[in-house]
Amino acid sequence: MTVTTDRQERLREGLGHSAKRPDGIPKVRGSFAFSSDLQADGMVWGHILRSPHPHARIRSIDIGPALAVPGVHAVLTADDVPGDKTFGLEHADQPVFAHDVVMHIGEALAAVAADHPDTARRAARAIVVDYEELEPLVDAEAAITAEPIHPDGNVFAELVIRHGDPTAVGEVVVEGTYEVGMQDQAFMGPESGLAVPDGEGGVDLHMSTQWLHVDRDQVANCLGLSHDKVRMTLAGVGGAFGAREDVSMQVHLCLLALHTSRPVKMVFTREESFLGHVHRHPARMHYRHHSLRDGKLVKVEARIVLDGGAYASTSRPVLVNAACFAAGPYDVPNALIEGWAVRTNNPSCGAMRGFGAVQVCFAHEAQMDRLAAALGMDPVELRRRNAMKTGDRLITGQLIAGTAPVAALIDTCAAAPLPAEDPDPDPMALPGGAGRTADRGRVRRGVGFALGFKNLMYSAGFDDYSTARVRLENGVATVTCAAAEVGQGFVTLAQQIVREVLEVDEVVLAPAETASIGSAGSTSASRQTWMSGGAVERAALAVRARLDAGEQEPIEETYEHHHPPTSPLDADGQGDAHVSYIFAAHRAVVDVDLDLGLVRVVEIATSQDVGRVLNPVQVVGQIEGGIAQGVGLAVM
Amino acid sequence: MNGPVVLPQSIDETLASLQETPGATILAGGTDLMVAVNAGTHRPESVVSLARVSELRSWRRDGDDVVVGACVTYTEMEHGELAALVPALCQAARTIGSPQIRNAATIGGNLGTASPAGDTLPVLAALDAVIEIRGPAGTRSVPVLEFVTGVKKTVLEPGELVTAVRLPVLRGPQEFLKVGTRNAMVISVVMAALVVDLDGHTVRLGLGSVAPVPVRAREAEVFLEGQVDWAGVGNGRVRVADASAFAGFGELAATATAPIDDHRSTAAYRRHAVSVCARRAVERAFS
Amino acid sequence: MSETATFRLHVNGTERVVEGAWVGESLLYVLRERLGLPGAKNACEQGECGSCSVLLDGTLVCACLVLGASAAEREVVTVEGLPNGDGDLTDVQQAFIDEGAVQCGFCTPGLIVTVHDLLERNPSPSDLELREAISGNLCRCTGYGRILAAAQAVVAERSGSGRSQRETSA
Repeated sequence: MTVTTDRQERLREGLGHSAKRPDGIPKVRGSFAFSSDLQADGMVWGHILRSPHPHARIRSIDIGPALAVPGVHAVLTADDVPGDKTFGLEHADQPVFAHDVVMHIGEALAAVAADHPDTARRAARAIVVDYEELEPLVDAEAAITAEPIHPDGNVFAELVIRHGDPTAVGEVVVEGTYEVGMQDQAFMGPESGLAVPDGEGGVDLHMSTQWLHVDRDQVANCLGLSHDKVRMTLAGVGGAFGAREDVSMQVHLCLLALHTSRPVKMVFTREESFLGHVHRHPARMHYRHHSLRDGKLVKVEARIVLDGGAYASTSRPVLVNAACFAAGPYDVPNALIEGWAVRTNNPSCGAMRGFGAVQVCFAHEAQMDRLAAALGMDPVELRRRNAMKTGDRLITGQLIAGTAPVAALIDTCAAAPLPAEDPDPDPMALPGGAGRTADRGRVRRGVGFALGFKNLMYSAGFDDYSTARVRLENGVATVTCAAAEVGQGFVTLAQQIVREVLEVDEVVLAPAETASIGSAGSTSASRQTWMSGGAVERAALAVRARLDAGEQEPIEETYEHHHPPTSPLDADGQGDAHVSYIFAAHRAVVDVDLDLGLVRVVEIATSQDVGRVLNPVQVVGQIEGGIAQGVGLAVM
Repeated sequence: MNGPVVLPQSIDETLASLQETPGATILAGGTDLMVAVNAGTHRPESVVSLARVSELRSWRRDGDDVVVGACVTYTEMEHGELAALVPALCQAARTIGSPQIRNAATIGGNLGTASPAGDTLPVLAALDAVIEIRGPAGTRSVPVLEFVTGVKKTVLEPGELVTAVRLPVLRGPQEFLKVGTRNAMVISVVMAALVVDLDGHTVRLGLGSVAPVPVRAREAEVFLEGQVDWAGVGNGRVRVADASAFAGFGELAATATAPIDDHRSTAAYRRHAVSVCARRAVERAFS
Repeated sequence: MSETATFRLHVNGTERVVEGAWVGESLLYVLRERLGLPGAKNACEQGECGSCSVLLDGTLVCACLVLGASAAEREVVTVEGLPNGDGDLTDVQQAFIDEGAVQCGFCTPGLIVTVHDLLERNPSPSDLELREAISGNLCRCTGYGRILAAAQAVVAERSGSGRSQRETSA
């Protein structure tokens, strides 16, 4: 067994320390291979033809003019899909190529492969599509009862949560209607990938994505191939935030590769990216909060409608999440939550960081402010009075058995000193910024306070797991795990864990690919540290045990790590559906131009229960990055 | 180097190239053109790039004017002597895009694109700028308000090139205010450019993003000119007879607009924002 | 494809010839797909994000907005060309790693070039000047906190006032 002499150096890179990323050097050099950087000899370029209409019947598609463009190698449509014509995470309702009807602007109709990206784009535009435009269904509320726009109906999911006595009434009641618009994940690295046919009817796909194995399964099903004929390798991912959970170009790329017998590369433009992936669900929420005169919450009622857009994606679990967390991190004895996720001809919605808990957070916190005003109470005090704690129950009935230091989060966040008001601020630091619109006398500073929470890990009975292999040979540990590194720093953590457990310096990460190991699950729901980190840890511990028992290297162990089981929600929305929770308190200081309505966010202070900190700078990075995305949703 | 992209080294060579390839795309900073090329909405066949025409990249003083070459960039307008001579242009330049954009984008390009949201246009309107054009028929000068004729439309004829913008150097305060949906890197919702000419006793207000073309708020200007105590001009401090005149100026400015509802804002907000910005501009100028 | 363009660029100190390029190819496309220099990134190709930032004749620009052929005979410096001949990381690159300013890394090359350019022209920028200087570089992962810390660390180090404490308050 190898023990480094520089133990201090190694400990600095162990758990609890801000160990540096193993991919940091190539990333700052510009040599890290993102999916859009890939090259292959003989490579051709793919491009997708997209619908300009939100709802239309396709009378005919004439690919002849595209095939006639010099440099074009293939033009494919729905007829060229040999296997399943549709795919989808929860429900396979999304066509690889639209065939009879188009359900949203940007839906894929055809794909072209050509020797230059501009040629592929020109050829795609040469395809003649005869559309019969149909009336689009764009109102989510109306969609609930409207004529179905799809054979599977317009309602992806509906649920009710009945907690305690749904007929209870408070002494003070406030209500309000809240809307949150669509938000885009806007990761920096556009959707991109490279598909390489293996010459034997199979294909190797290098793709930036969040879950290799689930992509692989959908691709293989659509190609009509056994799963071992489609091998996926994670290419460098330029951020994800939920937008890469659903398949985007994977099937198209593989189809083009198999048809042309050439490697095919595709890169979405930014506009295509906005059209080509799922977004955060727009939400319309009507709330009623009941409390006693002293501020103790009696009941929370909410009616939530999520606009899921054209296809099912993950609308159901997003709705479940929204409903579970609809009342906020408070002790709420009674609740009645009704929710729908519906199909419209708007762009498809699915996972985006927060996964339903974001929309309801805006609503329940606005309600708490409204209630505080009605009670004549300080809004922070109202929250403190109702703060959730260990031993309380969620409105789904689940006991909060773990840490829930909500009161402490409120206290520490509220106690942070407020930023000083600059008596002579630089115009750039005022609302309006470089536009120099502000009159200092008409700028007022406001302070807002909010609490939020959501689950970690998947929920409601999903048997989630991750697989990792650790091999120790010649004093070097190799970790094989298909967990998608999207920037969050799992690669750093995997090294830290193995360094700690095996006390080795050199920890090598094997490529993340489906051919060498089982699923690591999705990079989402803040689960990879617990699940894939847990798998890596347990595999390493198993190696360690064999080492300690006197075995010689090489020693290899593979571990499939499951979390404790959860239950689905019953007909009343009750059940032990969640594994764990994260709680956060935020305080926002915002300057507002009273006449123009322009704002400048001066400071966001936060207190969060982050559990055990395994890498401080990476935790801070996640918090700061998440806050920036929230600020964007709020003010942009 | 031959091929579809030519790089002339003088204005004369540029005009000759435009004659040789009618319909060629003129390329200055590329910050508008290349967005369209990258998106596939503009397919260039032949391009005349101004990258090597150093004559267009300089500015000079000419009596009471500055003459700014068409390829002078926003960064150049933002700093140094030119910025001091035309403060409103400096302020406007700073609001355009990012440092990367400002290093490449040009005043000639802003004019050639003639977007209703073109950031220099309200300033040029307030200064009564004159656009110098050269073409096969020779040289001509067109006042900026006549140069821009509609949304993305100008009086430029085929084969013609904007070579320079002639601006007066005026003594007096200048202000440029731009409202956008965020604090930087933003296409304007409303722009107001105020120029006070202490010697000519004029107040000029150019407005942008509130009509298809840049406009002057003439009624507001005349109103305020009548309120100014120009006699106090000597020591550089100008007073206005009645402070309520500032609000009146703002209200009149709003009436000079013909704004629309679009994805960035509404006509009602734009009118409101113009009145606020115009009032604030004169409050600053006369404080 | 109609007429193609052939031209010569000077990239990172080396003469490179581009042949048979489609006339509409941006400098970014040429660097990434023809010259084997994928450091400059293609996050938007509209000049909004700065991920393609390079130096063109010493001036910071978006390579996606430069028509490749119009850069003929000009000097281009990409992130790959920043380190000294010995290949060590620059102090800016090292600071990005040390301060946790790299997550997915897609914005990183553009920011490295931009910060280098800023500090050449303004060795001790104020906080607002720093923010304005990087306002053309978007990052979706970090929220900019660690990026600003990295730039400030370089400023402190270069001015000889010693490395600022790199302790993250977590």
